[in-house]
Amino acid sequence: MELSGAEIVIQCLKDEGVEHVFGYPGGAVLHIYDALFQQDFVKHILVRHEQAATHAADGYARSTGKPGVALVTSGPGATNAVTGIATAYMDSIPMVVLTGQVPTPFIGSDAFQEVDTVGITRPCVKHNFLIKDVRDIAETMKKAFYIATSGRPGPVVVDIPKDITDPNKKIPYDYPKKIKMRSYSPVLRGHLGQIKKAVGLMLSAERPVFYTGGGVVLGDASEELRELTRELGFPITNTLMGLGSYPASDKQFIGMLGMHGTYEANMAMHDTDVLIAIGARFDDRVTGHIAHFCPNAKIIHVDIDPSSISKNVRVDVPIVGPVKSVLQDMLTVLKEGKKRPSSAALKKWWQQIDGWRGADCLSYDRTHAQIKPQFAIETLHKVTRGDAFVASDVGQHQMFAAQFYGFDKPRRWVNSGGLGTMGFGLPAAMGIQIAHPGADVALVTGEASVQMCIQELATCKQHDLPIKILLLNNGYMGMVRQWQEFFYDGRYSHSYVDALPDFVKLAESFGHVGMKVERPEDLEGAMQEAFDLKDRLVFMDVVIDPTENVYPMIEAGKGHHEMYLPPKSELV
Amino acid sequence: MRHIISILMENEAGALSRVAGLFSARGYNIESLTVAPTEDASLSRMTLVTRGDENIIEQITKQLNKLVEVVKLLDLSEGPHVEREMMLIKVKAERSQRDEIKRLVDIFRGKIIDVTDASYLIELTGQASKLDAFVNAVEEELIVEVVRTGPSGIARGAKGLSL
Repeated sequence: MELSGAEIVIQCLKDEGVEHVFGYPGGAVLHIYDALFQQDFVKHILVRHEQAATHAADGYARSTGKPGVALVTSGPGATNAVTGIATAYMDSIPMVVLTGQVPTPFIGSDAFQEVDTVGITRPCVKHNFLIKDVRDIAETMKKAFYIATSGRPGPVVVDIPKDITDPNKKIPYDYPKKIKMRSYSPVLRGHLGQIKKAVGLMLSAERPVFYTGGGVVLGDASEELRELTRELGFPITNTLMGLGSYPASDKQFIGMLGMHGTYEANMAMHDTDVLIAIGARFDDRVTGHIAHFCPNAKIIHVDIDPSSISKNVRVDVPIVGPVKSVLQDMLTVLKEGKKRPSSAALKKWWQQIDGWRGADCLSYDRTHAQIKPQFAIETLHKVTRGDAFVASDVGQHQMFAAQFYGFDKPRRWVNSGGLGTMGFGLPAAMGIQIAHPGADVALVTGEASVQMCIQELATCKQHDLPIKILLLNNGYMGMVRQWQEFFYDGRYSHSYVDALPDFVKLAESFGHVGMKVERPEDLEGAMQEAFDLKDRLVFMDVVIDPTENVYPMIEAGKGHHEMYLPPKSELV
Repeated sequence: MRHIISILMENEAGALSRVAGLFSARGYNIESLTVAPTEDASLSRMTLVTRGDENIIEQITKQLNKLVEVVKLLDLSEGPHVEREMMLIKVKAERSQRDEIKRLVDIFRGKIIDVTDASYLIELTGQASKLDAFVNAVEEELIVEVVRTGPSGIARGAKGLSL
């Protein structure tokens, strides 16, 4: 088969089984867009800004486990995509981003729409390539998908100069079936000796805790995690990125940990004697002050990336390997041995945890005249029967969604954890809806975040994406306001979002349904009505109590045992 | 502590900037860095000198290994090894100074490789400390120009860092 460079790019996508590409055309990718036009396997979703192309590809990847693909032009197309690439990089999301580049003879000449894409993206990609010969396209594309999806996943950028895609230069095409790279070989199994040592340590524990993160979701290891946790009877806490990998409704689940984690999860972390970290990376929002982190614990750490191990916290039993196979091996070792953890010790530990649970750290004022954000999320859970895909932006609403939705399944909670990218939510929700056409997809957002990629309402209209947007509107950049209230004596410097649009009219002007909800008693009905509109995007502008704060909270630089709980005066 | 790390990497455009970028992005310091192709033209060999405590060096080696283009690396400081650095130094050498400088070059087993009626160009190879000693031994006002390669290193013994 003889194909041009542009046709090869598209054919490679077909051969990788890529059905959806999120993109925006421009000069340097016109040949590729022309090749895209002449086939119908790869469907293109036209976004309104390249940042959204990468976020949508990211949401697609997070909700499916398949690599997301974005296609943008050179120069501003590439720089606009960078925020989305960095977002995916921080959360280890498999993604391939194809960027156009000026023709090779012009590279380095400050040509029109030229930037050094490989240079700009280098610090925020797993790897990147600049293709300089049409004969290298197929192999490079194969490598890009292999690198993006294997080991610790991540975004890979492939920069393609326009002359490489010349429609008049055709060459024989053959997509490599397998690829082997001498400089890149991810670990496929954990070390059995270390795994046995870890199981021994778990069995000797008196106050154990599972601390599990996004790696369990990315590694599709929820089943194994559930089995191991139930087999041992240990408490389990999830990071923000790990929510859903263990069912939130299970009695062994003690909630999210970290800065806005539950009292019971953070206190259990502080008092544990054996911490079992799985696919989590000891992020500063999780650990608090390192000096106070798990002061009495032996630490087991399972991670596919050796550089995650002992990066922030020294661990006692490191295990490098894919979470799924390591957990399977742990289960095998456990089942082969007769020994089980001390039930007396565990009983005592659970009593202590139940005591902490008694603090009811997620309580809020249920009698308030205004809608409380917590109540809005609980209502969302009720209306969607806890079975929706929930995307969020960044800020207070993100934390409320994480605390109150109660995710029971992996890949249902899609948020920007590492980079904390406002504007992520709406395009990410588009990616989810494209991947799951019939499913309920909710976006929990704030009036500040949603305006960062608001133009994507047009994309939603064009591609009939019936997302349900739950805008928790408090008129402030809520999390900024909260920090200013706590740490800057209430000097609300530029956190009040003045001159808000009328979101109902705005949604309607894009061809969607808009709703405004102001009273707690109207919320459930409105939300039910919204979700009953199966084929329409509904934008719910929900006016919430502007003074509500996210509790519990650990101040940056404090330990797990130094939490703020919700003020008693607000408790019922 | 000072560490000297030997890196075998794909001889590809941009590989060097990945290493340099990694060090600046993560705040590690590079004391020196040398790189050139090996007997296998598809591979480059880099010698990198850095400083840091045990944790930092562990992170540096892990992060380097994570770079897709790095094939293999070895922290030479972990075992017996040889380090050599080359220096080219141009010094003023007028009539009265010529004998003295020539003697100094002989003591350090250097070579004079270019001569004018006012200067010598000297080539000197050895450990960094030997080159330092030579620079210190020459009167400061005589030095016109110094260029050093930074150390290259290799482990002692029969085994080699190869694929």
